[in-house]
Amino acid sequence: MTTSDTVKSAVSADLMRQVADAENRHDPYPIYARLREKRVNLLADGSYALGRYADVVGLLHDPRVSSDPHHASNPGSRLLVDNGPFIQRDPPDHDRLRSIATRYFGPPVSPGVVSGQEPEILSFVSDLIDALPASGEADLVDHLAYPLPVSVICGLLGVPKSDEEQFRAWTEDIVRGLDAEQQQGADDLIRQRQQAQVAMFGYVTELVQRHRAQPDGSMLSRLANDHAGQQMTDGELGATSLLLLIAGHETTVNLTANGVLTLLRNPWALDRLRADPDWVIPLVEELLRFEPPVQYLPNRVALADIDVDGTTIPKGASIVLLVAAANRDPDRFAHPDRFDPDRGDIEHVGFGSGIHYCFGAPLARIEAQASLTAFAGRLASPRLAADPPPYRPSPVLRGPLHLRVTYDKRG
Amino acid sequence: MRVVVDLAVCQGYAQCAFLAPDAFRLNGTEGLMYQPNPSDDLCRAVLRAVAACPVQAIATDAAVPAPADAAVPAARAGDAR
Amino acid sequence: MPGRPAAQRIVVVGASLAGLWGAATLRKEGFDGVLTIIGDENDPPYDRPPLTKQVLTGWVAPDHTVLPHLEPLGDTRWLLGTPAAQLDRRAGEVVLADGTRVPYDLVLIATGVRNRPWPASDQAALSGVCGVRTREDAARLIDHLDAGVSRVVVIGAGFTGSEVASACRHRGIDVTVVEQAQAPLTGALGGVIGDVAANLHDANGVDLRCGVTVQALEGSGGTFRAAALSDGTTVDADVAVVALGGVRNTEWLADSGLASGPLGVAADAGCRAVAVNGLVTDDVFVAGDVARFAHPLFDYQFLTLEHWENAAVGAQVAARNMICAPEDRRPHACVPTFWSTQFGVNIKSVGVPSLADQIVVTQGSTEAGSFAAAYGDRDGRIVGAVTFDHGRWIDHYRGLIEQAAALPGPYDADLPDKREPARFPPHPAASYHGPTVVVTGHSPTAMDAVRQPAGRSAP
Ligand SMILES: Cc1cc2nc3c(=O)[nH]c(=O)nc-3n(C[C@H](O)[C@H](O)[C@H](O)COP(=O)(O)OP(=O)(O)OC[C@H]3O[C@@H](n4cnc5c(N)ncnc54)[C@H](O)[C@@H]3O)c2cc1C
Ligand code: HEM
Ligand code: SF4
Repeated sequence: MTTSDTVKSAVSADLMRQVADAENRHDPYPIYARLREKRVNLLADGSYALGRYADVVGLLHDPRVSSDPHHASNPGSRLLVDNGPFIQRDPPDHDRLRSIATRYFGPPVSPGVVSGQEPEILSFVSDLIDALPASGEADLVDHLAYPLPVSVICGLLGVPKSDEEQFRAWTEDIVRGLDAEQQQGADDLIRQRQQAQVAMFGYVTELVQRHRAQPDGSMLSRLANDHAGQQMTDGELGATSLLLLIAGHETTVNLTANGVLTLLRNPWALDRLRADPDWVIPLVEELLRFEPPVQYLPNRVALADIDVDGTTIPKGASIVLLVAAANRDPDRFAHPDRFDPDRGDIEHVGFGSGIHYCFGAPLARIEAQASLTAFAGRLASPRLAADPPPYRPSPVLRGPLHLRVTYDKRG
Repeated sequence: MRVVVDLAVCQGYAQCAFLAPDAFRLNGTEGLMYQPNPSDDLCRAVLRAVAACPVQAIATDAAVPAPADAAVPAARAGDAR
Repeated sequence: MPGRPAAQRIVVVGASLAGLWGAATLRKEGFDGVLTIIGDENDPPYDRPPLTKQVLTGWVAPDHTVLPHLEPLGDTRWLLGTPAAQLDRRAGEVVLADGTRVPYDLVLIATGVRNRPWPASDQAALSGVCGVRTREDAARLIDHLDAGVSRVVVIGAGFTGSEVASACRHRGIDVTVVEQAQAPLTGALGGVIGDVAANLHDANGVDLRCGVTVQALEGSGGTFRAAALSDGTTVDADVAVVALGGVRNTEWLADSGLASGPLGVAADAGCRAVAVNGLVTDDVFVAGDVARFAHPLFDYQFLTLEHWENAAVGAQVAARNMICAPEDRRPHACVPTFWSTQFGVNIKSVGVPSLADQIVVTQGSTEAGSFAAAYGDRDGRIVGAVTFDHGRWIDHYRGLIEQAAALPGPYDADLPDKREPARFPPHPAASYHGPTVVVTGHSPTAMDAVRQPAGRSAP
């Protein structure tokens, strides 16, 4: 490596540190813009970060790029579990597990399951708004964005309502520890994550047994009692349930919270949404581009030497795919830093791309669309109490911790 | 309304089939089938599917939202911050 | 050539996918002159791929396949129901079969292909002998199927024939498929993949007869009853679906002075038609299934592609090139892409597999029927790829083809690193259906060989 390359990679590493720095959580986009200047950024820990749209999409579709941490020459603090969830698996296991999980969640076998949730989601959201004070101030993370996702996924999967609170607590511990290496006090976080994971796994395993004894129409029950076609082992079923419960929780909370925040910062958009509730459809897509709840995918590994623009990403190296940077790549999107749901071309990578494309995306869309329409339609003259709001610690799963909003009247 | 899916671009993500199951179906795990001329009561669901397609493979002639210039006053159209 | 006056009158001949997409692009790119669309079918432009899929299975009515106008066409003149009979380049007019003359400054030829008919016309006229090209064809076939049939015999196991067989099985109808080559899809994808396709037919209960030809369609009382095969056997059936590929609709151009013929209308990479003398014209453009164009990615070989994507993209490139400044013209150079859905399997291909002589399975497993495979030419470059239920990977291979990369080895660790002959039939005639991609020659000599013999010299 030449001296100038070394200098440049020191810059790259520093930029990635800035992304992780809580100071910059409210606006990491200028840093992503700098990371995009180079196609490949070598980081301090030997991993490679890429932020251009074409490169991110290209690598998400590249068979030489693995999601399985076992292939990493330096897996770091990542949890190496055998029979991990399918988000950490490669084909053919990934494909097999995902397709079994899809059997009772979506097409071709269960096409109406997700869209069939909509009435319940709408009424749940409506109840949440009803529960807000008639006027004054409310935290719309705690009281609007937060309660919905866990409740919906628990309902779909077949976790009893009474256990939802326990799930929320475990999920929090797990999610907080996911990118622990980026944060202070990593060891504690990792330990908590592992404890929560073990506890939750134990619970889910027991739940599967219960569903075997007393089947109902829920996803878990149907998976546990499915004797047609391919089946999951009990371990796989547990890992999959855990994944579904965790992956859709904080991400969806953040999408809704980012949406409320963006609408409050763009009053014209709030007015427009009030006048035209269907406008929420492109609005949510633009949010996924503009403020993606998952900012980057830190977990890829090169299975072979991969050449990108003359730089070789060596076999075994970790690859960080900066989806938030790709979503604002000026080579892909006109005026990328402008929030513009009418741009027409919103081919974002907020849900990833390729075989690991978000499993729960249709559900997340319906949830966020319902929450944002209700927020716009029912709270008169809402204003932000603090901008920027306080953020959650994670740079990967990025979103406001609280969103204090004052309003004149609840409709 | 009239719909066409560019199946050379479609990658079988099935977002359309989740959101508008009466207009889009999967044949097998990733072969998309759809109604080229769905009835008007499916319009909202279809527009949802159009927006959700991760590779923007679905095109329709149904009324699309007003163009950006009309909706975003130039003065406010800068970075949202 | 500065100072060419802006075109006032544009005529599009052929009112299907390429014609409609071309017209929409002209309007989108700002053409506000007189636009005329001529088509010999009575229907407004509709989409064909659904006909052998969701239409034949019964989910979609044949007349619910109308294509959207992706751009308002303004006051466009639609001349439907009468074919164009002549292109009079000297006068600058398209002449319709009823004698109407339509003047043009620029013309887009998009007359596509029609089904190759069953050669014996008396046999072809039997009730129950069908093809699937138009929506009337589909409606007629469905009427037969709805009336209750004991068996359908499909002649030709290319994509269309295979899709028809698949739809019949979906409806629970017994079906026999007769294919001259050793396996289905061999013309387009070679014998290795053909064997996989044969397994699909078997697994879905199709009675597949390969290496056999249909000698005669037998009937009684004007109704089809049985197909006599070259191996001496007879297949009793009520319906015969003739799926022998297409014939390009170029007869109306016979004395136009264009380099057109059975292989299509020759064009440069920018979709401008080539005259018999080899010069490129500046006012006649070609797109879609009827075009035979020099492809920059494949050594400028002339390709004819019967692919939806080629018609859609080619028409847009052609339309744009018709009205933009000459220096802004761009080639129609995207990597060819094709898809088919049959027996619940999503098949995609990119590039020009039929240019290859070797193939390597790179992902998944052919036994499981879910895999990706790459095709390489003699020099070891990748020229094509195919996926069965592995569609999310296809863009990777498209990228490799664009870069003229080396043929990759297997990406899955447990696949043997085995390149094998792709086993294409030596000549398209050896299979019943033409390959999806026909390579029609790449040298001036080859082009000479297909030139219109009696063409007048270019004006
Ligand atoms: C049943 C079927 C299934 C298919 N499935 C697939 C698929 O799965 N994937 C895929 O990639 N492709 C598929 N295709 C191919 C795809 O439909 C074609 O590539 C596409 O239709 C080509 O469009 P085109 O406009 O060039 O030609 P065409 O669709 O052939 O249209 C040409 C039009 O011009 C008219 N015409 C002809 N001569 C004249 C004349 N002299 N004057 C006026 N009008 C004239 C014709 O009647 C016709 O309407 C399928 C085709 C068929 C028939
Ligand atoms: C707005 C909300 C959401 C966002 C932004 C989001 C984002 C993502 C992203 C970017 C990926 C790709 C990960 C990768 O490639 O490694 C992913 C995968 C996944 N998501 Fe989501 N997600 C959301 C909601 C949900 C919900 C509600 C669920 C559950 C019902 C869910 C379940 C999953 C699963 C199971 C995967 C793994 C898919 C696989 O590996 O094949 N997600 N998500
Ligand atoms: S959402 Fe888009 S990519 Fe997915 S199946 Fe539908 S059309 Fe295809």
